[in-house]
Amino acid sequence: MAERPDYAAFPDARGHFGAYGGRFVSETLMAALSELEETYLKLRDDPVFRADFDQDMADYVGRPSPLYLAERWSDKIGGARIWLKREDLNHTGSHKVNNTIGQALLAKHMGKPRVIAETGAGQHGVATATVAARLGLKCQVYMGAEDVERQKLNVFRMRLLGAEVIPVTSGSATLKDAMNEAMRDWVTNVDDTFYIIGTVAGPHPYPMLVRDFHRIIGLEAREQFMSRHDGRLPDALIACVGGGSNAIGLFHPFLNDDGVAMYGVEAGGDGIETGRHAAPLAAGRPGVLHGNRTYLMEDQDGQIIPTHSVSAGLDYPGVGPEHAWLKDMGRVQYVSVTDKEVLVAFHELTRTEGIMPALETAHAVAYAGKLAKTMSRDQHIIINLSGRGDKDIHTVAAMEGPKHAS
Amino acid sequence: MSRIATCFATLAAQGRKALIPFVTAGDPVPSVTVPLMHAMVEAGVDVIELGMPFSDPMADGPVIQLACERSLAGGTTLMRVLEMVSEFRRDNDMTPVVLMGYLNPVEAMGYEVFAERAAKAGVDGVLLVDLPPEEAESVAPLFDQHGLDRVFLLAPTTTEARMQIIAAAGTGYLYYVSLKGVTGSGALNVDEVAAKVETIRKHAKLPIGVGFGIKDAASARAISRVADGVVVGSALVQRIADHADEPEKIPARVSQLLAEMRAAMDESE
Repeated sequence: MAERPDYAAFPDARGHFGAYGGRFVSETLMAALSELEETYLKLRDDPVFRADFDQDMADYVGRPSPLYLAERWSDKIGGARIWLKREDLNHTGSHKVNNTIGQALLAKHMGKPRVIAETGAGQHGVATATVAARLGLKCQVYMGAEDVERQKLNVFRMRLLGAEVIPVTSGSATLKDAMNEAMRDWVTNVDDTFYIIGTVAGPHPYPMLVRDFHRIIGLEAREQFMSRHDGRLPDALIACVGGGSNAIGLFHPFLNDDGVAMYGVEAGGDGIETGRHAAPLAAGRPGVLHGNRTYLMEDQDGQIIPTHSVSAGLDYPGVGPEHAWLKDMGRVQYVSVTDKEVLVAFHELTRTEGIMPALETAHAVAYAGKLAKTMSRDQHIIINLSGRGDKDIHTVAAMEGPKHAS
Repeated sequence: MSRIATCFATLAAQGRKALIPFVTAGDPVPSVTVPLMHAMVEAGVDVIELGMPFSDPMADGPVIQLACERSLAGGTTLMRVLEMVSEFRRDNDMTPVVLMGYLNPVEAMGYEVFAERAAKAGVDGVLLVDLPPEEAESVAPLFDQHGLDRVFLLAPTTTEARMQIIAAAGTGYLYYVSLKGVTGSGALNVDEVAAKVETIRKHAKLPIGVGFGIKDAASARAISRVADGVVVGSALVQRIADHADEPEKIPARVSQLLAEMRAAMDESE
């Protein structure tokens, strides 16, 4: 058997995770990406920068987020004990704020007065608008027109925070098109603008730096779990994967722990066999989009194909390059659940624990329900409860019809 | 000598500059492209940049995004683009053709298969917008092996250190993007372009084409005074869009603008 690599040593100096990642952008952006990389590598180990980040995590975000034992739900399933890493309790309601604070600190150091972002479900857009308000930065958020419709609450939140939300009507009018438009904006306004990418995708150094800002999730969970179990590690980790930022944040500090199994849950939509899904790791193949090489949903001619998911935040044809590599290495198992299973899980967690997960997060919850059954009561699963579900109540009501009406 | 090298050498000997149109292959329908290429040659162009349509053209403005959508809706694939070049070559063995587009459709075909088929079809060079020299190391030898020139972009943000890397990696000609932005945007600043082209010349022996922001005879003329080639894209593609419902008129309408540019570029001082 091949020796296990040191997972902490990736990406390499050119931003590659094995065959994936890299920097596939037009020439105009090359200088800006080099500048960002240099700034980040310098500040990453700078004690003052680290202290600023840690203090914001504590005082502004409210970290550490709790690790909560979902006892009643675990009992109901009758298998492994399920722990929830409560990223939904962060300021703004999801894990996304860890990264936007990190990148906004970089923007400030680089003297950029304007930030832009792409968003799908609106969680990253809200988290970006929030830090922009706090630091007095001008903020514009690109959002697919279809997502503007299905995530109205977050659109209103962003506007209240002073951000301009720009609906994107080109292409399929979802997250990938929002990312195209954000790239076009950045190429035009590269001198004064910092592009806050919301996931572990895009050109190097984004997949690395976004991951690093989210590692705090896994570092805390590791410490919290071990301190309550005499230094023992959990048996399995589960997180949903669209671009994959919350998943890599939880997984990364455990990658070198061979005994910890990991499951990334993609959006199965109407079912992988129908073709209406957003699961590139399950059903896609390697290609190049949005600045990196990774698994993509594409047709035989290399054109990107439309995706489908009940959750806007997972409705994306690509995935972070580190996940593509971890799949090929066999270190993380990538699985999928359907929209129907997601809705069932959404209700189940809400009714048994009083915790309403985001529809993205409910993918991880749904898979945990299946996995826990196959495990024993002395085994432990940690789910990244990456976001809260308030933003999705209209979607759930619309899908389930009149039973919520009275 | 390659068709591209011959073309620039001949022009240089005549004291003239290259006029380089860009159109998306298969826009708005596949049957237009080859007649359009011949019409553009008649109008006096020197090199043709033929766009390979892509679903997510991140570096392009709305005009070329829509051209990609029309082309894909009409069923144009990369394979079909190569067939168009073959068909063009039946009646034209002289005008260089450069395929321009994004990496993923080429990656989907496979680099080796693509290089072989492109060379066989009569393609002379390839410009992949999202493939900078740093990521092109494994592709470059394949293109060399099949005699395909590697055309790379330079931008206003390109440092002198990078100019050397790009000049060393490129063959055929270099394409200087005259402004920060997507295709079809912004206003051209000829003095800034002139200064930048002079800097590039310190590091590169290849001919330099300039594109982005060239809309009419006057801007084509101005750029021809400072560069070796004038690339015009969105202005032509907009004319195609304006006649998408009557595609038989497209070759004449596009050629008309190119003929005006050609005349303006060839005027003596």
